[in-house]
Order: sequence, then structure tokens, then C-alpha cells
Amino acid sequence: MKWEVREGLLYTPKHEWIKQDGSEVTSGITDYAQDMLKDIVYVELPELGRVVKAGESVAVIESVKAVSDAYSPVDGVIKAVNELLLDQPELLNQDPYGAGWIVKVEIAAGYVNPDLMDMKAYITLLEREEES
Amino acid sequence: MSGRHFLPLTDAERSAMLKRIGADSVDDLFLDVPAAVRFQGEMQLPPALSELEAAGHLHSLAARNKNLRDCASFLGAGVYDHFIPSMVRHVTGRSEFYTAYTPYQAEMSQGVLQAIFEYQTMICQLTGMEAANASLYDGATALAEGAVMACAVTGRSKVLVSRGVSPFYRAVLQNYFQARGLQTEELPCRDGQTDRDAVEKAVGGDVAALIQQRPNFFGLLEEMDGVADLLHKQGALLVLSVDPLSLPLVQAPAEYGTDIVTGEGQGMGNPPSFGGPLLGFFATREKYIRRMPGRIAGETVDHDGGRGFVLTLQTREQHIRRERATSNICSNQALNALAAAVYLAAMGPAGMREVALLCLQKAAYAREKIAALDGYRITFPGVYFKEFTVSLPEAARTLNRRLLSQNILGGFDLSKYYPELGEAALFCVTETRTRAEIDTLVQALEGWS
Amino acid sequence: MRKEKTLLFEMGSPGRRGCSLPDCDVPEKPLDDLLPARLRRRQPLDLPELSEGELIRHYTALSRRNHGVDSGFYPLGSCTMKYNPKINEDIAVLPGFAYLHPCQDDCTVQGALELLYRAEAGLKEVTGMDRITFQPVAGAQGELTGLMLIQAYHRARNEERRKVLIPDSAHGTNPASAAMSGFEVVQIPSDARGLVDLEKLKEALGPDTAALMLTNPNTLGLFEADIMEIAAAVHEVGGLLYYDGANLNAVMGFARPGDMGFDVVHLNLHKTFATPHGGGGPGSGVVGVKERLVPYLPLPLVEKGEQGYYFNYDLPLSIGKVHGFHGNFGVVVKAYTYMCMMGAAGLKQASADAVLNANYLMRRLKKNYALTHDRPCKHEFVLSAVDQKKQGVAAGDIAKALLDYGFHPPTVYFPLIVEEALMVEPTETESMETLDRFAEAMEEIARLVKEDPARVTGAPYTTPVGRLDEVRAVRQLRVRWTPESE
Repeated sequence: MKWEVREGLLYTPKHEWIKQDGSEVTSGITDYAQDMLKDIVYVELPELGRVVKAGESVAVIESVKAVSDAYSPVDGVIKAVNELLLDQPELLNQDPYGAGWIVKVEIAAGYVNPDLMDMKAYITLLEREEES
Repeated sequence: MSGRHFLPLTDAERSAMLKRIGADSVDDLFLDVPAAVRFQGEMQLPPALSELEAAGHLHSLAARNKNLRDCASFLGAGVYDHFIPSMVRHVTGRSEFYTAYTPYQAEMSQGVLQAIFEYQTMICQLTGMEAANASLYDGATALAEGAVMACAVTGRSKVLVSRGVSPFYRAVLQNYFQARGLQTEELPCRDGQTDRDAVEKAVGGDVAALIQQRPNFFGLLEEMDGVADLLHKQGALLVLSVDPLSLPLVQAPAEYGTDIVTGEGQGMGNPPSFGGPLLGFFATREKYIRRMPGRIAGETVDHDGGRGFVLTLQTREQHIRRERATSNICSNQALNALAAAVYLAAMGPAGMREVALLCLQKAAYAREKIAALDGYRITFPGVYFKEFTVSLPEAARTLNRRLLSQNILGGFDLSKYYPELGEAALFCVTETRTRAEIDTLVQALEGWS
Repeated sequence: MRKEKTLLFEMGSPGRRGCSLPDCDVPEKPLDDLLPARLRRRQPLDLPELSEGELIRHYTALSRRNHGVDSGFYPLGSCTMKYNPKINEDIAVLPGFAYLHPCQDDCTVQGALELLYRAEAGLKEVTGMDRITFQPVAGAQGELTGLMLIQAYHRARNEERRKVLIPDSAHGTNPASAAMSGFEVVQIPSDARGLVDLEKLKEALGPDTAALMLTNPNTLGLFEADIMEIAAAVHEVGGLLYYDGANLNAVMGFARPGDMGFDVVHLNLHKTFATPHGGGGPGSGVVGVKERLVPYLPLPLVEKGEQGYYFNYDLPLSIGKVHGFHGNFGVVVKAYTYMCMMGAAGLKQASADAVLNANYLMRRLKKNYALTHDRPCKHEFVLSAVDQKKQGVAAGDIAKALLDYGFHPPTVYFPLIVEEALMVEPTETESMETLDRFAEAMEEIARLVKEDPARVTGAPYTTPVGRLDEVRAVRQLRVRWTPESE
């Protein structure tokens, strides 16, 4: 398979990755997502402190001729945004799992994550994409 | 059947093509149109005319209008009779420009794209702003879009609009705002200028912008000192509509902190055309560029590193962002923007300044002469550019009918839009009016004072 | 061959000028008396300084780096790039039209008012609507105006209907206009036929439906065969039907939106009625309505009275204004001239030939390019480059390759419901030979995709510039010339 998938991360069906660290999650888009979007030229980030719901749009990612949203993986509060992306949106293409992270969200008390995929499940999903 | 000279297919070719497709007749190609909606018979339109006859018919309609070349016009109010160098029409008349579509295929559209880039640059130079778009429909819609953009930038939903802004512009703005559930609050004028106390009182944390015009609809150059500061302190923006022909002499909007500059660009190389096509121009600060409506040409390189131009930041636009676009605008006024670019380049810094000075001097001359007449009064004190408001001894409508008999188009009747002024009219004097024409106007006015 | 073109700002010399102006013929006053120093411009006005001849050469050179309908075939789908008659240009610049002020007394513009009156009569007949407003200056503004009328209609009945239904094949302006007029957009999927999914539409309809916006034929070039049922269903719940007239060129004299049940129509005079597109505009997006929406039309309307023609401002329920004055009158003059020359039979023949040309071309091109909806089309059809994509060549590459044949490419990547879309609209003003040459070029490109795909992805080769870097244009944004940018 031509897309990188990393162990230790969780994945959403919308091609976002999540790394949980205590009560905080870091999230970004997957290698597959950045490849589909092609050259990313602009990222709009949320305000710190914004209360978000799982599945709510928190960032807007633009390539030259497409716009897509990045969604919050959990209910919670925006704790940090990757401001580097404002000047270097290409980090999303170059290092989607590292320097291209998008937001950190403090998980709301009592929030239980629904069905997120582990690496194996996500690879199965991508293999299906690749076939079609 | 007429119009045949635009339709190259011959009957023999039509038959051959139908055969190739496997259809017996053209009607076969319309079988998916349900019988219930199939149009029966022939549309009731006047008999088709040959080119010669059509030209005759249209010439006779044109001849039944009194055009500005046949008389002395003192009408302004947003559409102006400025001189247009002959070369402007020769450039816009090149069909590589005027028969082209929007330059989406950049490699085949470098002419239009570079011309837009140059136009944007010159609009920035005139206004002092950092980024301009490729045009909007007219001054009215440009101002409305500017006000909408201010709401998007600030995340607020109310704008303050001075009563000194053109009533036509306010009507369009009102309509755009009402439709999408945004609010406008009208601010009164005092002595023809936006009441600064009213501004101070009205500006608050819920206000997205103050909307003013400069010169305003009465022709006055309002004092702008401190206005932007007042707004910025509350997180609100200053959105203006300006007369571009005034800018060679008058402060550039950037000099007094304007955030969004719009205006009517018709006066730059475009004839009045009964009010359209006009040219809405639009400029702002670089930091707001992603909220700007309309197309933008940008510089880039081709794969050999050579300079070229493309439409850029297209994700703001309707064809990509759809319901989340900054505006729904698609077709704009590109050819009118081209005319403005040619005009600005032809006039150059010296010509632009001379035109502005001619307007200023001639309008002042007319103003002084009219003010000296019994029964006439310049309505407001203050600094005027090329238009000024006159209080009249009788109804503008009556006066204008009589001026017409002397082949003069008098000032714009203000009574309908500003009943509080009583009988008043807005006179416009551009560089195209001669001293003799102004003197004739003054004599005609004197005759009935 | 390739050569950059200098910018205006890199040419000329201080002191050179491109215009001549009269001396001031009134007694001059000191500038300080007329314009106090505090109100005067401080920053220099840095405009180009060039002679008239230099400027003409500059713009002539630019024009040669541009392709218009007069330069060659322009099968840009959904844009109706038909030939623009020259006489129209001559008429629109007559001083009796070009040098009219919009605020002149009605009695001085009887010819202009009569022209609008006659143009309205003609457009009413072509569309089957009851009244026309000329104020909207572009298709998108026509949509906005139409939706404002729909909003006013519902509000007058004390109904606040929030939703506008739009098929997924619609032009981007439809949802953008709906959002601009404060509506919520509900997307209606297309079915396997490429038409509105009637069941899904019925599910979405309800008491909150303000309108359905429809293009017919739709952007796939297919006629919405269920139109009567669609109209009945929308009207049943109290909604109105909006017709996006972008594709009217397919059906003039064959079917009228007014007879299909549409309540509001916008027309693109710069498409259907042969006025040039100007490199992006000006256009004209006139709007026609049925009787029940007439009271809300923008001010003013043109009427004929005993004293002649006049502007009627007496419309108490009007939505007001959408343009500073009377819309793009100059464009209406051209469209009216065209209508005069075509007549009823000519307009019908134009649609017949537009549809014939499209079917002829589609029949030939589908041998080399996938046709997702294979049945007779109207004035345009949509191919898909999915097969070519497997060789690494996208629709956009095929478009660039066409540039080297001197053709403007079809619309690419639209409608969104077709993958790798190539949307072809030949129009009625193209000859069979042109269609054949275009088909040959498309066939040759299809062959190249198989034999030498890199040749196609590297195109264009003969244009004034090579393929341009659009990513850089955004990342290193440069939207005006500055001395430092040299």
C-alpha cells in the first residue's frame, strides 16, 4: 500500500488520526487524506478555548481547487492549535503524523469515544479504497 | 428564416449529421421533453430583421433619446460623464479580449489575466490599499459586498450606514442585508455630514462596520480624522465608497485607516450606458484577502520559471466553496475593468491629477455663480469635489423641465430621497463641461429665480 | 518562442504621457481655497507613464496572448460560448445608447425605454413568464434576486420558509446565492439517469421548503423528464420553482420554463442571447416571474402609458433595488439586437442546431471517452476521463493538451457528480468541419494517453506560457506589482 499508517494511533472513517495522552487528544489528517487533497495551501484553525462536539468542523484545509474540513474527534475544548500551519500549510503534506498535527483537544468529562479504528482496521479500510 | 448568417449548418449537413447520429429528425432529439411541456406552434415574436433592417430599427430607437453629446449635462449621482480617450475603446474592442470567457484556462488567457493583475495594482495605487479584486458589478453592490464582508471578518451582524451614502446604494445594501438576516442602522447627517456624535453613540461591540461615502452623496468631502480609530477600538471596520477620480487629489483611503474601499469605477473609461454596465471596484488590507469577494489574478511561474498569471485563491469562490463561498459572484465586469486599466494607464499620474483639478475648479466656478443667484443657496458648508447640493427656489422637476428646453440636463432631484432638504438638487460638473455650458446653465437658472 | 510580457509598471519613463486634456477655461482658484491641505493626498500616485502608441502596443501584445470565441472553437460547457454578432457591438456604442444618464427624465429616453419594453415582450414570449426585470447584471445576481422575490412572497404570506432544495448537479452559484439570501441549502441527489431523484426530492419537500432551484436541461445536458411531476410536488407543499436559465440555449421554441411550472427564471443574456462575455463580464442576468411574484419585482419596471414609456416606481411591495441603476442596459441592447435578427424561427433553429451539434460530437467522442449517461443529450454533454486517469492522465491534463490544437478546452471537473468530468458545449454557431477537427484532436489525445502519457501531462507546449504553478500562486501570494517584486 502506498500510504503510511502509524501504529499507536487511532483513526476515524474521515481519515483523521488521533493520539490520546491522558485527558488530551492530538489530531491531524492521515497520509491518505493529504494525498487525496494534494498540495495543501491554506489551513484555517479554531480559536483556543472553543467548546467542540465530536464530528464538528474545527479546521478548514484548502488545496488549490478544493476545500475540506477537519473534524473534532471528541467532545471537548480546544487546548492548542498548530500555528506553524498558518505559514507552512505544506507541513500537512510533508509530515501529516508529526509536524503537521492540527489541534489538541481536552476531552470533556465523561465523554466516551465511540468506534475509532486501530491501525489494522484502518489499513483494511484503505485497502478497500485502493481497490475501488 | 433569418439569423442564418450566424448558423453555419446547411440543411444537407443537418440531414447528414442526423443520419450519423441515427435520428430521423431534430424532433427525435427532443423526445425526452414531455408532450405536456412541448411548445406548440411558433413563438410570437416580431418578424426577423436582416442586419440592415435591424441596424435601421436600432438607430431609430437610439435617435429617440437625448444623449449627453447632444446637450450639456449636470447629472451625476453615481454615474459620470468623464472624458474617455479614444484608445480605450480600441483596446476593449479587440475581440481576443471581449469574446473571451473568464480566464480559467490560464495558459490561453494570459492577456486578460495580466491586464487584471495590472488593474488590481492600479486600484491599489489609487486607494493605497494592499489587495484589490478583479471587479464587482457596480458601486452599489461593491459597497453591499464590503458591508457583508465586514460582518464576516468581525463575526458581527450589524452595520451603521450614514444617510450621506447614496440612496441607491443604501437600497441595495438594505436588500442584501435583509435577505440574509443582517441589520443596518441608519445614522443621520448634520450639515450634510455624518453626525460624529451619532457615530460615537452607535458604535459598540455589536457593530461590524461604519459605512460612509467620500465624497458623500451631497458632494461633500467628510472629515475622516479619528473615525477609523473610533471604530477599531470597538473592533469594527471602516468601509467606504469613494470616487476614484477624486483620489489623485484627495487623501487615499488607506491614509485614514480605511479597511475596505469600494466604489464606482465607471468614470474611468466607461460611458454612462444608461447606468450599466458599470464597474464596482473593491480593495482591502492583505490580512482580509481571504474574505474578499470576487476573482483575483495572481502572479506565478510556469514550469520553465517564466512569469505568468492565474486566478488565485479560488477556494473563496462559489464554484468551489458553494454555499460557504465569500460571495455568489461569478460573471463580473471584466471588460469594464480593462477599460479602467487602459484609462488609468493612458491618463498616468499627471493626467489623473489634471482631470481631478479640472473637476474641482469647474465645479467651484459653477458653485460660486449659482450661489450668487437670487433664490439659490449652496445647501451645506464644507469642501466639495465635483458635485454640490443646491437649495432651489422651486421644484427641481419643474426647473429641470425648463432647462431641458434649453438643451440642459439639470441637477439630480433630491426631494424624493431627502425630503428634509425641501427643494434641492445635486449638480455635477466634470472636466467635460465647458465654461460656456456652465454660463448657459447659470443664465438659465437666473431667468427663473 | 516563449517570452514573458513586461508589465505596464516596468515600461515607460517619468514625464511621458498617453492623453491630452484641455486647459482650464474657468478662472482658477488657489488649491488651498478649494481643498485644504489636511484633506489632500499625501502618498504619491504611482501610475504608469507611457505614450499612447506604447500603450496600444502593450495591449495589442496582451490581446495576442488571449483566446476568445473569435480566435477559435470554445466548447466550454455550461457557458454557451457562441459567436457574438459584430453589429451588436456597433449598436451598443451609439451615443443614443452609450451616452445616456440613468437619471435622465423619462421623456428624454423614450427610445431606450421602448427598447427595454420590446426586449421584455420578447423574453416573456421565449420563457413563458409574465414580467421581466432587467436589474440583475449577472446570472448569479439573477439567482439572488429570484430568491429574494421568493423570500418576499413567502413573507407576505406570513411564512418563514428556510430551505432551498438544490440538485447535486447544480452550478455552484445556486447554493452560494441561496446562502447569500439567508436560506439553508438542502442537496438533492441525482439518480442513475442523471436526473433529479424524484423519491429523494419528495422526502425532502415539506412546509419549510421555500423553493427548488433547477437547471433544465441540467448540467449533464439532460432534460428533466419528470419536470411536471417535480413542479406539482413542489407546489403541493407551497414551495416555488426557480429556473436557472444557464441552459436555455437548448430549448428555445421547443419548451418554455413558464410552461414547465417555473415561477421564477433568470436568463444569461451573455450566453443564450449572444452577447460577448468580455473576459469575465459584463453579462446580464435578467429575471422573469409569474404573475404572483410581480408585486415584489425590483424598482423600477418599464411601462407603456398614454404619454409614452415610463419607469414605474409605484410598487409598494417591491423588494427594492439589486443594482444602483437599471442593470446592464448596454448588454440588453446587444441581446435585443440579436433577438431582432433571429426572430422566432431563428431562435428555434439555434436551439435545434445547438442540440444537433452536441449529439453529433457526443456520438463520436464516446468511442474514446467514457460517457456516463449515454442517451441523446440537449445542448451539451459530459464525458469522463476515468479511463485516461488510469494511465495517469487527468481531465485537466486533457484540457491543457487541447490548448496546443488551438481549441479552448471543455469545462473540467464539473458537474461534480461525474468523476474527471469534461463538459462539452459546442453551440449552434460551429460548423461541422470545426466539430470534426475538434473530435480529431480529442482522438489524437486519447491515443497519446495510451502511447505517451507524459506528452499529455506536460502540455501545453505552444502557448505563450507553459503550465502555470497554481500552488505557488497561493502559497506565495502576489496580487499586485510592487517595485520590490521585480
